[in-house]
Amino acid sequence: MSDFVAQFGVWGGFGMAVLQILGFVIVLLISLAFLLLMDRKVWAAVQMRKGPNVVGAFGLLQSFADFFKFVFKEIVVPAGADRSMYLLAPLITLILAFVTWAVVPVAPGWVISDINVGILYLFAMSSLGVYGIIIGGWASNSKYPFLGALRSAAQMVSYEVSIGFIIVTVLLFAGSMSLTHIIEAQAGGFWNWNFLAGRALIEDGWPMFIVMLPMAIIFFISALAETNRPPFDLPEAESELVAGYQVEYSSTPYLLFMVGEYLNIVLMCAMTTILFFGGWNPPFELDTSSWPYLVSSLWYFFWFAIKVVFFFFMFAMVKALVPRYRYDQLMRLGWKIFLPASLVAVAVVGAYIVYGAQG
Amino acid sequence: MLASLAFWAFSGVAIVSALMVVIARNPVRSVLFLILAFFSAAGLFVLLGAEFLAMLLIVVYVGAVAVLFLFVVMMLDVDFTELKQGFLEYAPLGAIVALILAIELAMIGLTWRASEQAEALRAAVMPDGVSNVEALGMILYDDYIYFFQASGLVLLVAMIGAIVLTLRHKPHVKRQSVSAQVGRRREDAVELVDVKPGQGIGE
Repeated sequence: MSDFVAQFGVWGGFGMAVLQILGFVIVLLISLAFLLLMDRKVWAAVQMRKGPNVVGAFGLLQSFADFFKFVFKEIVVPAGADRSMYLLAPLITLILAFVTWAVVPVAPGWVISDINVGILYLFAMSSLGVYGIIIGGWASNSKYPFLGALRSAAQMVSYEVSIGFIIVTVLLFAGSMSLTHIIEAQAGGFWNWNFLAGRALIEDGWPMFIVMLPMAIIFFISALAETNRPPFDLPEAESELVAGYQVEYSSTPYLLFMVGEYLNIVLMCAMTTILFFGGWNPPFELDTSSWPYLVSSLWYFFWFAIKVVFFFFMFAMVKALVPRYRYDQLMRLGWKIFLPASLVAVAVVGAYIVYGAQG
Repeated sequence: MLASLAFWAFSGVAIVSALMVVIARNPVRSVLFLILAFFSAAGLFVLLGAEFLAMLLIVVYVGAVAVLFLFVVMMLDVDFTELKQGFLEYAPLGAIVALILAIELAMIGLTWRASEQAEALRAAVMPDGVSNVEALGMILYDDYIYFFQASGLVLLVAMIGAIVLTLRHKPHVKRQSVSAQVGRRREDAVELVDVKPGQGIGE
């Protein structure tokens, strides 16, 4: 944004930044509509159903039809609910989900704000996502939402700890907290992506993929828990809590919750891509310096998008295939397995950086 | 221009929400206002150029500590009428304490003079060409590593103490052993018996 201010003056730069944000949001929302459809299609295919196939060709417009259905329904606020809090909660979820995307670079230079603590910002904002759920569950003044809110509070705080440590391992490799630097450090072929950490093996002879490959998997599983996706969807486990924290929500407030949740899921896919799978880097080095700017940007964006969609596919497959965890098993996995494992990984990667890495 | 606008917005929200923490009738709302105050403080940190501290404030205080606060406060069964009853009784005393505190603060504020060398004598001046994350890391892990480790140990002792105080081993509770469950074979659990007609398995 500072570039814009330099180019167009204070208010002109401000306006340009707002336009950029609006463009980003619109692209995100439209892609989200189709990702939602993909989620349902994948889920249907696993269960040998057809999935949504009525609205538009192959059901392509299903999400838009759903959108209008949600918007035209009646908003029901429970009698004993804290009205303002009740309506604030879905807004918090949605706004936080959007705000997080401000630092995600989708292609070289294609980022709204390239701040130098980008990864911490992502981590901080995704850790705030729990508030929408807690406030929503509490403000509903109803027992199932409240239980769901309590569950999600404990669950999301628990998995944040291991996610934090995993992020530290990636930070150590890149030596920077800027997302752009983290991606650039993984350039030059898929073996340099952080989940294989090939540079450590080729240049220094340290087989760091032994640590980083499990870290990538743990990050993915923690991302499932952090976004309340199956098999960790305990806050909305329908067999125990009806629909958890969103029981009382209907119409647009529910839609906001759902969009926020899916945006967080796509964000977690993007984070997995950026941290472990090279971000916008194609799997093989290709010299794009002679290409026109737009073409090379789209080329990198294509690789970023395809990786994000792949991880979204994995999220959908996990939802379709894996049965739900019990709550104590969830806590055991988070605190007794992931936390010690990621701590050890931080120590090992730290040792590599201090004793193994050249320069 | 934009920065000063942001400053007034953040500081205004911080002050108002800090006030609302005290005024709000519902304790859950108080906690939520506290969170808003933390958040605005983080915004002020960003304006100061201390973005690392700002993010840490959000991650640690807003993302974890305040969640636990909220967790506890929501679980409390607070009787508001009972809370209100004591209010008038203690109000004069509270007012006196508040007045004395305010006078003392005003005295300190009015007589405070920063030494002229204070700026130069600061223990840690941020070196040039280093981001504030690296500067902070160098101070914590290079210059003051022993103090840092000592404070870490104090926290560790506190944590162990809290666990020891609350940990109870109940004797007759059935516990689940995941390794035993996973390690179970078919032969341990299933026994095939050839039952003769009219005899049963004889138990």
